[in-house]
Amino acid sequence: MLGPQQSSFVMYDEEFQRISAVIDKLLRESNAKVIFLVDKNGQLIAGCGETEHLDTTSLASLTAGNIAATGGLAKLIGEKEFSILFHEGEKDNIHISIVAQRVILVVIFDHRSSLGLVRLRVKKASDELATIFEDLSEKATEMEKTGNVDSPFAEITDDDIDNLFS
Amino acid sequence: MSFINYASREINCKIVYYGPGLCGKTTNLQFVYQKTAPDAKGKMISLATETERTLFFDFLPLALGEIRGFKTRFHLYTVPGQVFYDASRKLILKGVDGVVFVADSQEERFDANIESLENLKVNLEEQGYELEKLPFVIQYNKQDLPNCTPIEELRELLNPGGVPEFTACAQTGEGVFETLKAVAKLILLELKKGGAGA
Repeated sequence: MLGPQQSSFVMYDEEFQRISAVIDKLLRESNAKVIFLVDKNGQLIAGCGETEHLDTTSLASLTAGNIAATGGLAKLIGEKEFSILFHEGEKDNIHISIVAQRVILVVIFDHRSSLGLVRLRVKKASDELATIFEDLSEKATEMEKTGNVDSPFAEITDDDIDNLFS
Repeated sequence: MSFINYASREINCKIVYYGPGLCGKTTNLQFVYQKTAPDAKGKMISLATETERTLFFDFLPLALGEIRGFKTRFHLYTVPGQVFYDASRKLILKGVDGVVFVADSQEERFDANIESLENLKVNLEEQGYELEKLPFVIQYNKQDLPNCTPIEELRELLNPGGVPEFTACAQTGEGVFETLKAVAKLILLELKKGGAGA
């Protein structure tokens, strides 16, 4: 699904709802402040919690950069990847983990939670998320096979594109 | 690889500015940032050294407007141009939808341009892409300087395939939006065909 051989990464309503339900539950069960899900290229997939004061776009891009850099480090020492990163701050902490080798799960939490609790809950949520992304991947393959790629861009005209820049 | 989100009705694409050190990639992004309406842009992030050389990347998210009810967003990245940051450059090319090659038109940087373009091809191939199949445009930057290589010569070596090309002076902004528009347009046309990226 997320390999270079695929043209686009497509998110459908149904899977988006399922993902949102999983991260909402994780937010409650881990007493976290913010949770978001990013693809490895830095695109924000979903988020929940106290996101209104956060620049989630920048966070997503930097998280992906961080994972890419640590992934590069891992390869240099002969590891496949470092699947968990943890940054400890004075008040807030960030727990970053890779789900199903595809997407990045970011949990921001403070003293109301603990690293142990976050790790425990993340593990369970990761399995659920992995299943959803597996389904999404199958759906994409299916769509491609049947030629039923429902691209909203199939019908765009040159005028549509030019209008973007007017 | 573009990201189409039916739930939020958004489409996100990634554009990477590539080129030799000090060719003006960051300056391109800074000009776009300065000249874009506040509601259409996010924060520009620069991971740079104390001497303002790009260390990892610059990042600028842009929202261009809607096409067929889908919000169109472009994420602009630059790579660090200095030769020894190659490991970082490779990482930034992941998931790229379109590439802008910023060439430094000064005579003394002629070889650096060729080296960087070769490096781009090699790094793309490692990720499973072919430059020839990607939306790709070239910008001949620093045209305001007196010691420029003639365009014909630059073209012959850097653009034998005849991709869209633009002369520019990123500091004054000349050619910056033309370049961005051209690559964005190629990406959208690729999406229309249903085969963005590799």
